[in-house]
Amino acid sequence: MKTGAKILIEGLLKQGTKTLFGYPGGVVLPIYDELFDSGLPHILVRHEQAAAHAADGYARASGNVGVCLATSGPGACNLVTGIATAYMDSIPLVAITGQVPTSLLGNDAFQESDITGITLPITKHNFLVKDVKDLPKVITEAFFLAKTGRPGPVLIDLPKDVCTAESDVETDIGSEPVLRGYKPTYKGHTRQIERAVSTIISSERPVIYAGGGVIASNASAELISLAEKLMIPVTTTLMALGAIPGDHPLNLGMLGMHGTEYANYAITECDCLIAIGARFDDRVTGKVDAFAPHASVIHIDIDPAEIGKNKKVDIPIVGDVKTVLTQILDRLNSEKKYENWNARIRQWKEKHPLIYDNDGKLHPQFVIQTLNSLLSADDIIVSEVGQNQMWTAQYYCFKKPRTWVTSGGLGTMGYGFPASVGAQVAFPGRRVFDIAGDGSIQMNIQELGTVSQYNIPVKIAILNNRFLGMVRQWQELFYNRRYSYTELPPVDFVKVANAYGIEGIRVDDPSCVKQAIKDSIAHEGPFVLDFRIEREENVFPMVPAGAAINEMIGGRPK
Amino acid sequence: MKAHTLSILVENRAGVLSRVTGLFSRRGFNIESLAVGTCEEEGMSRVTIVCIGDDAQIEQVMKQLNKLVEVIKVSDITENYHVERELALIKVAADPGSSRAEVMQIADIFRANVIDVSSKTITLEVTGPTQKIDALSNLLAQYGVKELIRTGKIAILRGTKTVISTK
Ligand SMILES: Cc1ncc(C[n+]2csc(CCOP(=O)(O)OP(=O)(O)O)c2C)c(N)n1
Repeated sequence: MKTGAKILIEGLLKQGTKTLFGYPGGVVLPIYDELFDSGLPHILVRHEQAAAHAADGYARASGNVGVCLATSGPGACNLVTGIATAYMDSIPLVAITGQVPTSLLGNDAFQESDITGITLPITKHNFLVKDVKDLPKVITEAFFLAKTGRPGPVLIDLPKDVCTAESDVETDIGSEPVLRGYKPTYKGHTRQIERAVSTIISSERPVIYAGGGVIASNASAELISLAEKLMIPVTTTLMALGAIPGDHPLNLGMLGMHGTEYANYAITECDCLIAIGARFDDRVTGKVDAFAPHASVIHIDIDPAEIGKNKKVDIPIVGDVKTVLTQILDRLNSEKKYENWNARIRQWKEKHPLIYDNDGKLHPQFVIQTLNSLLSADDIIVSEVGQNQMWTAQYYCFKKPRTWVTSGGLGTMGYGFPASVGAQVAFPGRRVFDIAGDGSIQMNIQELGTVSQYNIPVKIAILNNRFLGMVRQWQELFYNRRYSYTELPPVDFVKVANAYGIEGIRVDDPSCVKQAIKDSIAHEGPFVLDFRIEREENVFPMVPAGAAINEMIGGRPK
Repeated sequence: MKAHTLSILVENRAGVLSRVTGLFSRRGFNIESLAVGTCEEEGMSRVTIVCIGDDAQIEQVMKQLNKLVEVIKVSDITENYHVERELALIKVAADPGSSRAEVMQIADIFRANVIDVSSKTITLEVTGPTQKIDALSNLLAQYGVKELIRTGKIAILRGTKTVISTK
């Protein structure tokens, strides 16, 4: 006979869980008691939101399911933003929440909240376990659902009495569960594959538009093969940076609102758009009617609901990106190299590079470029949300998949720092930097306590403009410079770090950037870099909301 | 935009109905009518939903429904040859002196059953396609409909075809 708590911990271990990120409380006491000498490491965060983000960062960096744990009521509710963040970016996550005993369910008991109800729209699936006998099956199904098909977060709500009840049910974990209503399609339809191949071959100006699905499917090699075989230029979404090396000659960088001009022009002019694991998000497409208006659209996605959701598709292919790309590559016999098209793109690239002022002031883009020059291909960059995120996306040269960790779909400020904790736990030997804004970092700054306690050596590079910079930029451009509630008073982040026993350094001058970053890398533990950047620097180029993506503003320096 | 009849086979588990209906409201769809009950297979329920939307919207809602783990099968049977029925209970003001006879006459024409009578009301039970029930309740409006309860539409394919699981 085993208790529910024991079944849970054993189940997690059998599912390959290496670390739990969590925070205790009344109803999860039985689980924490079991954890105490279970051999399953647990990182005590300082806020449950950070547990969810850390598990998410762990999952993005490693490709494995991240697991977080919280108590009922406030603990569970604090996970919500983290779960929603993972949901929007299709990240495999299992969130475990304690719940009041089954006898009290529905009674507004102390610290009761209907977390399965609350997370209904932001989980791939969730479970409320009422009988300990169901627990082994639920754990198996939860992990299976989280990581297969289109990945996503799954929540398991565990009433306290289920954790203490005993059961002798075999923990039949490891076998593939049978779920009648869940049968993802992995292989592309042969006829559709053939149609896609002939459409690509007969086109003159093809472009690949790669999204986070390429990363999720670990299909970076296949993507690059496809691109190189026919010399097809590739633009990636924010989520797919690193799927093709940033300095690859066929790479156009990111597209969309803050994409490169050449990526957006290529989309506008192309006659064949190959969308791979991407979902035509409005930040990517701008005005949808003007997005790839001349193109035959091929859309490869594991989720049939994404196909045709935002943009009319000519050749839908439902399937796993890696499998489908392999199927396409097997059939692709053409010597085409699209020379004219590539020449045209080269011209755009030369004419419209990403640029910023070179005036001796401390520009954030320079910080990112310097960081890029000091790190290696395997090091992991995490970002917060706002200008810091966009500058990183534009100026950091990602060389490999899963080295870029950012909240895309939900755009969650406060994501980066805890996510960097997760990434660092997944890869203790790599360098992990969180690129932050002074606004975002203050949303989960309490995690300095976590990195200090466990000596998790993440480096936090704050691009400190004393503004909620991205919002201020919109106010400058579209609200007549009325900076309504976007100015932040200065914070001495080095002192804050010191208070947690963490070292830091403040940088005001461009000439000190390189040395400061080197010092942070040389330092063994966590480290805070407080870069006092140009306060009103903007992210350019930019597509105003609702405009066509080739109608970009601000590509030139002032 | 037109009304679509969706027949949805689901696992009969706690919370499954809120998953289904939650999806409609979240994606901005109004449910015109909803009927749920157990079905030929143990542990399963069938949900019949009528909703209004254009083809692309209905396609999207069906795809999203299919993503729910407990949804086994979703079919839009609007264009298939099918029979649809709804049951309504209608309580009509009907004083013995005045309109009672007329109400009973109308009930007769619609093949509605009188299932309860009081000194001031008559309660009718009627089955049929949505339009028939609309027609009857419209006719009865002049006498004063005190209460109208409809089950929501259920529908079944004609002939040997069925809406069962192929997953
Ligand atoms: C939790 C949350 N609240 C609000 C926003 C809206 N928002 C987007 S960017 C931004 C400003 C971010 O400021 P900061 O972190 O200082 O970064 P910067 O843009 O200055 O680099 C805000 C408030 C958000 N994305 N997330």
